[in-house]
Amino acid sequence: MAVDLRAKLGHVELPNPIMTASGCAGAGRELAQFIDVSKIGAIVTKSVMLSPRSGRPTPRMAETPSGMLNSIGLQGPGIDAFLQRDLPWLLSRGARAVVSIAGGTVAEYADLAGRLSDAAGVTAIEVNISCPNVEHRGQVFACNPDSAAAVIDAVRARTRYDIPVFAKLSPDVSDIVAVAKACVSAGADGLSMINTLLGMVIDTDTMRPRLAGLTGGLSGPAIRPIAVRCIWQVREALPGVPIIGMGGVRTGRDALELILAGASMVSVGTTIFHDPSACARILRELEEELIARGVDRLTDVVGLAHQPPAVTARTLHPNTRISPNTRVRRS
Amino acid sequence: MQVRGTVLTVRRVDAYYAMTLVAPAIAARFKPGQFVTLAVGGPDTSMLLSRAFSIHDVRPDHGGTVEFVFAVHGAGTQWLAERRSRDVLDVTGPLGKAFPLPRDPVNCLLIGGGYGSAPLFSLASKLKERRCEVDFLLGAGSGDRVFGALTARRTGRTAVITTEDGSLGSRGVVTDLLDQVIHDGRTDVIYACGPMPMLRQITVLARRYDIPVQAAVEEAMACGIGVCMTCVLPVIGSDGITRMSRACMDGPVFRGETVRWDDVGTIPFDAFGAPGWEPRSRRAAELQNGQVRAGDVRAGDVRVGDVRGGDVRPDRAGAGRAQPGSQPGRGHGERRDANREHHDGRDADRDNADRVAADPAHGDRGDATGGAGGSHGHGR
Repeated sequence: MAVDLRAKLGHVELPNPIMTASGCAGAGRELAQFIDVSKIGAIVTKSVMLSPRSGRPTPRMAETPSGMLNSIGLQGPGIDAFLQRDLPWLLSRGARAVVSIAGGTVAEYADLAGRLSDAAGVTAIEVNISCPNVEHRGQVFACNPDSAAAVIDAVRARTRYDIPVFAKLSPDVSDIVAVAKACVSAGADGLSMINTLLGMVIDTDTMRPRLAGLTGGLSGPAIRPIAVRCIWQVREALPGVPIIGMGGVRTGRDALELILAGASMVSVGTTIFHDPSACARILRELEEELIARGVDRLTDVVGLAHQPPAVTARTLHPNTRISPNTRVRRS
Repeated sequence: MQVRGTVLTVRRVDAYYAMTLVAPAIAARFKPGQFVTLAVGGPDTSMLLSRAFSIHDVRPDHGGTVEFVFAVHGAGTQWLAERRSRDVLDVTGPLGKAFPLPRDPVNCLLIGGGYGSAPLFSLASKLKERRCEVDFLLGAGSGDRVFGALTARRTGRTAVITTEDGSLGSRGVVTDLLDQVIHDGRTDVIYACGPMPMLRQITVLARRYDIPVQAAVEEAMACGIGVCMTCVLPVIGSDGITRMSRACMDGPVFRGETVRWDDVGTIPFDAFGAPGWEPRSRRAAELQNGQVRAGDVRAGDVRVGDVRGGDVRPDRAGAGRAQPGSQPGRGHGERRDANREHHDGRDADRDNADRVAADPAHGDRGDATGGAGGSHGHGR
């Protein structure tokens, strides 16, 4: 039995829900020697900025229990090089390109959206709003519903109507639902969550911070429960908004957990660092997990964990069988 | 290639461990200087980063084995040291660019610090196939941390060992004896692998003699495949622009003169995309005023020197294109050898065509030419 793995990214249909996470797969080229980039749902690119950027000094990385801190600082060649070299390459390989954009001002985000809309072949735009706002004392856009909405509003206005815009939310906020609602009101077609959490490691031998940039973003399985919680809360508040879930997904079962919480798609990030072919493996494992549970359509289980047990059986697709080992009480 | 490699042996070698894995696909593609990465800790591990080790040797037995050397630095390498025969590991490689080989028979000096010497022995046999003379200069803190002293003595034309505590060879560090070794061996090319300060010193000394240095750097890596951007260091491209280049993809072997050793660990202010870079609009204005040459405005490629009028790296940029005959002692012939070697590096590039094609971020490919592999033990 084959499972229908098709997933909806806004109104765009993807063959399956597994994508790379921004910043963990470059622009896809490096992964091409390990996996067929056209076989996974989409490649989410490393965040592209208007100008080339050298990033932060080294050391940029520190391993932590079941996680890692990074402070890369968005090193990249800028939008011109991306449009000239990386995007055409992705398209030539038959990959779907979800382009992550980052900027220091609302205008920069809007410019990037405009440039990407003019280029053919962008499947979706993911707006990385976890950047310091240079016009607002360096406060991160994603930490304030108003500034997050301002970015999304500007990006949506400059993006072609048929390209979905996803806002990537930071979990480092007191009320992620408020930010999510602000982004959706401002025109976001969907939400990506979660970005990394800010962390820090001090080397007890040198007695100094381990990272040259002092703080870094925590990723990996250590943050998966936080991702599940954020996705759950936002799905609860905005049940109709598609969610790209990410945060410590290492196996197909982890991906299923995020899907059950409400994610329509799942991005794989840090795991790629020790398993370059992780996306292909997780896709395979996810299909096996669904088969084992007697599910024939992925969309049937998106957000399923929100359903009270008794209702679960009734709201499933008519063709769906609940396997005997699934604990569902039919009252 | 990402494969499941079966452990054949794990041996103690003085202060280090040597692990041999059965991994035919990696062995078949290996060139000296390249490295492998290993996932450590098993499937449910809390250690997420792969460990990178330069390949010491490959052998044809069991269909193809790969051997690498590591020191136990932390939980990850401790776990590796505890592996036994028939354990299966997730291993990716061969990664990075290999040492470029000279086309003509020349005198090669191979310098290793600590177990940085591991990739040098397979390089030495490749060099000898090309009828090059191979001299070794190995150094470490103490005698048990000089890796491969015996092999060096057996296979090299000469082998000089230095240890900081004097327990093996002469007391001191490799750079103390470099002048003398270069003189004695009439060295044409230097290959080096070891800690950054050693590579920096070697590059500085070799520049006096106008000898090209191929240096395999040690940079902490997270992925080894070019996606994480952790292992960057400032490298001058053939266009004179410094970029934060990835040791795993653009290296780990770099031409010594192209690496800005003193700036490793920083973002030089004139690096491509460094903070304080001219924003787009201002650059456009400067272009109109004729302050920037039109050719420079591709993808934000502004040379800081052009814009600010300051020559920011006279000696470094100069070293990249050392003048022929600038050293009285070294004639035309050697210079040509060096050029040849450069060409050969391009061949190596072509062999790695898929990886070259896989490089998004850097236009300085052709220059890093020298480049090709040899990161070693970043394992913690």
